[in-house]
Amino acid sequence: KKCRGCVGIRRCYCFTLGVDERRVDSRTIYVGHRACSATEAFIPAKFCDNRIVSSKYTVWNFLPKNLFEQFRRIANFYFLIIFLVQVIVDTPTSPVTSGLPLFFVITVTAIKQGYEDWLRHKADNEVNKYPVTVLENGCRIRKESEKIKVGDVVEVEEDETFPCDLILLQSSRDDGTCFVTTASLDGESNHKTHYTVPDTEKDLESLYAAIECEQPQPDLYKFVGRMHIDRNNQEPAVRSLGPENLLLKGATLKNTQKICGVAVYTGMETKMALNYQGKSQKRSAVEKSINAFLLVYLCILVSKALVCTTLKYVWQSEPGQDEPWYNEKTQREKDTNRYLKMFTDFLSFMVLFNFIIPVSMYVTVEMQKFLGSFFITWDKDFFDPEIKEGALVNTSDLNEELGQVEYVFTDKTGTLTQNNMEFIECCIDGFQYKYRDASSELDGFSESWQGGCCGEKEELFLRALCLCHTVQVDGLGVDGEVIHPPQEQRGFIASSPDEVALVKGAMRYGFTFLGLESKSMKILNRNNDIELYELLHVLNFDPVRRRMSVIVRSKSGDTLLFCKGADSSIFPRVRQEEVERIRMNVERNATEGYRTLCVAYKILSAEEYAQADAGLREARLALQDREERLMTVYNQVETGMSLIGATAVEDRLQEEAAETMEALQGAGIKVWVLTGDKMETAKSTCYACRLFQRNTELLELTVRTLEDGQPSREQRLHDLLVEYHKKAVQDAPPVKAGVTRSWSSAGHDYGFIIDGATLSMVLNSSSESNSNSYKNLFLQICQNCTSVLCCRMAPLQKAQIVKLVKNSKGSPITLSIGDGANDVSMILEAHVGIGIKGKEGRQAVRNSDYAIPKLKHLKKLLLAHGHLYYVRIAHLVQYFFYKNLCFILPQFLYQFFCGYSQQPLYDAAYLTMYNICFTSMPILAYSLLEQHICMEVLLDNAPLYREIAKNAMLRWGPFVYWTFLGVFHGLLFFFGVRFLFSNPALQDNGQVFGNWSYGTIVFTVLVFTVTLKLALDTRHWTWINHFVIWGSLAFYVFFSFFWGGIIWPFLRQQRLYFVFANMLSSVSAWLVIILLILLSLLPEILLVVFRKPRGPHARQVQLNHTQTHTHTHTHTLILSAPLFSSCL
Amino acid sequence: MVKQEQEIASRPDNTAFTQQRLPAWQPMLSAGIVIPGFVLIGLAFIGIGVALFVTSQSITVMELDYTGVERTSPCFRCSDPNVKNCVCQLDFSIASLFKGPVFFYYGLTNYFQNYRRYGVSKDDDQLSGDLDSFTSPSDTCSPYEYDSNNKPIVPCGSVANSMFNDTFKLYQIVNGTKKQVPFDGKGIAWWTDYNVKYRNPSVTPLRDAFNGTVKPLFWPRPAYELDPSDPANNGFINQDFLVWMRRAALPDFRKLYRRITEGDYAQGLPAGNYSLEIAYNYPVLSFDGRKKVVLSNVSWMGGKNEFLGIAYLVIGSLCIVMSIIMLIVYAKFKFPEEE
Repeated sequence: KKCRGCVGIRRCYCFTLGVDERRVDSRTIYVGHRACSATEAFIPAKFCDNRIVSSKYTVWNFLPKNLFEQFRRIANFYFLIIFLVQVIVDTPTSPVTSGLPLFFVITVTAIKQGYEDWLRHKADNEVNKYPVTVLENGCRIRKESEKIKVGDVVEVEEDETFPCDLILLQSSRDDGTCFVTTASLDGESNHKTHYTVPDTEKDLESLYAAIECEQPQPDLYKFVGRMHIDRNNQEPAVRSLGPENLLLKGATLKNTQKICGVAVYTGMETKMALNYQGKSQKRSAVEKSINAFLLVYLCILVSKALVCTTLKYVWQSEPGQDEPWYNEKTQREKDTNRYLKMFTDFLSFMVLFNFIIPVSMYVTVEMQKFLGSFFITWDKDFFDPEIKEGALVNTSDLNEELGQVEYVFTDKTGTLTQNNMEFIECCIDGFQYKYRDASSELDGFSESWQGGCCGEKEELFLRALCLCHTVQVDGLGVDGEVIHPPQEQRGFIASSPDEVALVKGAMRYGFTFLGLESKSMKILNRNNDIELYELLHVLNFDPVRRRMSVIVRSKSGDTLLFCKGADSSIFPRVRQEEVERIRMNVERNATEGYRTLCVAYKILSAEEYAQADAGLREARLALQDREERLMTVYNQVETGMSLIGATAVEDRLQEEAAETMEALQGAGIKVWVLTGDKMETAKSTCYACRLFQRNTELLELTVRTLEDGQPSREQRLHDLLVEYHKKAVQDAPPVKAGVTRSWSSAGHDYGFIIDGATLSMVLNSSSESNSNSYKNLFLQICQNCTSVLCCRMAPLQKAQIVKLVKNSKGSPITLSIGDGANDVSMILEAHVGIGIKGKEGRQAVRNSDYAIPKLKHLKKLLLAHGHLYYVRIAHLVQYFFYKNLCFILPQFLYQFFCGYSQQPLYDAAYLTMYNICFTSMPILAYSLLEQHICMEVLLDNAPLYREIAKNAMLRWGPFVYWTFLGVFHGLLFFFGVRFLFSNPALQDNGQVFGNWSYGTIVFTVLVFTVTLKLALDTRHWTWINHFVIWGSLAFYVFFSFFWGGIIWPFLRQQRLYFVFANMLSSVSAWLVIILLILLSLLPEILLVVFRKPRGPHARQVQLNHTQTHTHTHTHTLILSAPLFSSCL
Repeated sequence: MVKQEQEIASRPDNTAFTQQRLPAWQPMLSAGIVIPGFVLIGLAFIGIGVALFVTSQSITVMELDYTGVERTSPCFRCSDPNVKNCVCQLDFSIASLFKGPVFFYYGLTNYFQNYRRYGVSKDDDQLSGDLDSFTSPSDTCSPYEYDSNNKPIVPCGSVANSMFNDTFKLYQIVNGTKKQVPFDGKGIAWWTDYNVKYRNPSVTPLRDAFNGTVKPLFWPRPAYELDPSDPANNGFINQDFLVWMRRAALPDFRKLYRRITEGDYAQGLPAGNYSLEIAYNYPVLSFDGRKKVVLSNVSWMGGKNEFLGIAYLVIGSLCIVMSIIMLIVYAKFKFPEEE
């Protein structure tokens, strides 16, 4: 009997699969592994097990794999090569000098990565070993989570997370639903309803079913499949499966005692695992500068080695110099090939000079970034008491990029505005209804209506608001019993805050939505009667249609369709004579900055409904192109409606949004608003945020302007682009870099508006040549405008815009800020992505580089933190190159005096310790603590941000300056001591100093000069700076005494024995050290004095300050005018 | 499954450090500080410079080249590498008292004691008296590790092998007779080298320690016979040896040979005629080098060195000039800081 059923299913498959045969990417799952095993050869498909592996290494492969990965970094590889050369070839310095630091770096990194991997192992194990209940042959079996196989029926209890992706078969709730939060997946903490597959048996033991579904794919919100349920002696029933039937691994069961589901995707094939992927690494501009500088230094290194090698052989060709009698060559040297010797000589010189590119720079830069990023998380100004969270740093690689931003792309809803919707007014049948203020609320709802006409229309409108949504009522008990909370505290949960605002709005006017119970919607009407509507279909909202509908059946048996959506999507679908009366209101509301929605309805006749019902069901069952098919049916159904009214919902501006925008613009940052909202709303937000000023001339490039008059859109687009380009680019006065503010300059101030449709025309113009020129025109116009507004953008278009600007001339640094899932693409695309911990879930935060609770924090993040980070790291990089140049230059010069024999000037200990101990801490402290201008001043004077714009401190100019400084210092150190040593008898007892004394004097001057140079640059002396700078110098002296004070048993040569102490006993050595330090720093001191940093700066700052102040003042005056006028 | 934990992020610490508000001192290099500072530094430097310059001027130096390149040179005969055990005499006169104590240096030019391979060619273990290294010297000593009979060389290596071996005797000609000026050979090497770093093996007599080893090829006598006059000045702690082993920094160098501190010459070399008797052994012409003898007295700053004094004077005056310029600049721009 069982088998016959199976055959039936089989046959049915053949039939259905016949169509889908080409789709190899679908899988078949037998629920509970109960399938037709007997008659047909049933080969259970191989699916991966339910183990989650996020760790990279195992105990066995850790060492080789980790080392391989570390040495793939070009710097580490370079140091490894140097080390190997030192081991193989006879070189001046022992392999320890470069091996020790490299070993240190590699070990520390390996330990860090090993620890992180151990944590991942632990987390994996916790998930993989978690006990779950699996139903097998009627028994409940406890298993470890990793042992779940595809096809297992798994039982999950309340507040547990799902161990794999499950199809919901059975719920303890009567209505076959269960509630789920996906907080750990996308951060949305609202309860989502999921449904059991309709008509499945209550007894899962007797359920014989096969599920056919697509192969795993990462989209969390997409799932298509169907279920063939084999009933005894009947044709198998086919049920469609959608995302509402799929419970995702990682989500948590809520408000439901327990559910049973069948595993469809396990382990690494679950949607969560597929979504877990490392973000692409973003590299900062500073890092690119470092690499460029490195290249220069590499060239210096190679040319130094080449020069020395060449000169060595030229010098040796003179008679008597190659092999003086006192320095005979060994037999091996004599035997080696001349060219091989040249090559090894070259390598030896490379090794001798390799300290010019220090290992420690990478370590210090990494440390600086890692430790520095803590200051963002620690900043209490970023703490938001509302959500009890501060800022979040997801990557520390981009700290300095925050100081380089030229373009800010911001989302509107939830970013500029609070996404905290409030129902403001509505318009029914052309009459405006305005909810007054809180005081009149007491008088009862009906009295608070202004105007008013036919009560029927009103009630219809309010019913529509109550029914046409997907809101859930919070406080609905597990058993389905409705707890009646006081009216105002009733909690609504919805994916979109607009819907909550509308339902709440309707509630204020007397129609309360009580909840959805077993497919019927309960409404408490004005007379406190409960009305019941059977919910037949929900035609979901999607951004393309920009509307959603419900089909309900009222008690009286009428089938009604309620539809709400954007005006542009509703107006064409309703009777035109109704439109005019409402359009005016909608447009006025939009200019006031409200979000408007139009509400329409339609009574469906029995045939109409039957047709729609069939269409919808069919489309929902489709495995292929389900979306498209559904869309067609939706479009068919949502026609010929009649317009009832429109709503206006206010979305308040974020705290200090306008101030923040103004500060950003003052800092020379161009702000672009990218929103999916409609133009009027977005425009009014821009005015409110002072992105557009009263005197801003708006250049509009939208569908509306394109349709004015001209015969062809293409032509019109071309004309407009050229016209705007002439206006904004050609006729504009040349943009002065620096302090001139666009509004303070006499020129015009332009704002540019473009919408999604026009943008795609610009970007994807028909002809290739046009497309490029349009793109250029568009970019040039935009770059000359103070702010740009792009409305009606699809998420992908947002990313396109960011990419366009990112890749434009000069490759400016871009920053994207947003809070919703629709901003993720642009957050990932921009150089720096900022997520706002807003209401629209956590996806933006998860994908961002930095997350802040509010928009207003952006100001401090960029102007204070970003500025400081940039200055710090730029100085760090330049200083590092400088200090190593003047470290190695004397060693290079010494080759000219030692017969090019690769004799090191400094002792091996000094060579090794110079970068690790003697000079590393002061610069690290500087790069963490320096505030060349204090934070308050930076925040108050946005124009200061422009001074570091365009990578100002890491361009070739400053680099050349630092390089010259390094060369100057190096020359001074070497030749100063060289002249002193023209008579090496430097002690008052007539004894002479040798070569190690020479090197030690140079090294002492070097350490002191380099450290004091940093001390001169330090503008912010905290006790840490004092401690570290003076501590380093003291440590150097102490170490030198210590190192030279003992005969070290492990050293082959006691080169430095008492050299330092003897040096200090010589007055001449003291005097030359003081002389050289002062002489090296003299130009620096003069520069500091003559630069007069406070004079012009202070004045400039003050001037700008007053300027901005007067301007904000006038702006508020101007701005208030349109607001008042619109309130009439 | 895993119970959801509502983790409440605590408010960030409100400490001066985390908020980047550590009390800090901002240095202000204003004109009010810099100009007087420059003047002070300038004056101090000029003071030191004058002292250095005067001191340096007061130091007498006498250099005598005895390489024997020129035919007229008394040592020309000796400069022929084929002539062995050659002694030549160099006569000179001193016009006025050469104030003592006089230091007697020998100098070499174009001699690369700082050659890397040369420098590492020694065995510090051996030189600190380790008998194991006597029998098997470090391979850094190559090619002066073993002789042709494969016997270990002690002290091994190029540095020891090439030890300077010219010897000098200074005579004052008093009434036609030579009166030897006594040399003091003690205290010419670093105290630490003599007392700590270099040690003879604790074997008495010292020559027993050298059994089975050979002297460096270039040496006329083994290490334990370096100074026949003073048994304590032999082996690795021979002062001349120590001086030689401390490698010079530059190819033109001088090394201390003797001091003249005793007897009639404790106050210096009186005016008169002198004769320097040189046992000419050390070949330098093959690499175009020069040999010289330097007589010098020293001061608190060491030997004569014009550089330091002049440098201090220049920098000092530069500071003064700078402060004057700054004063003018600031007077003209009316001290913008103090506004």
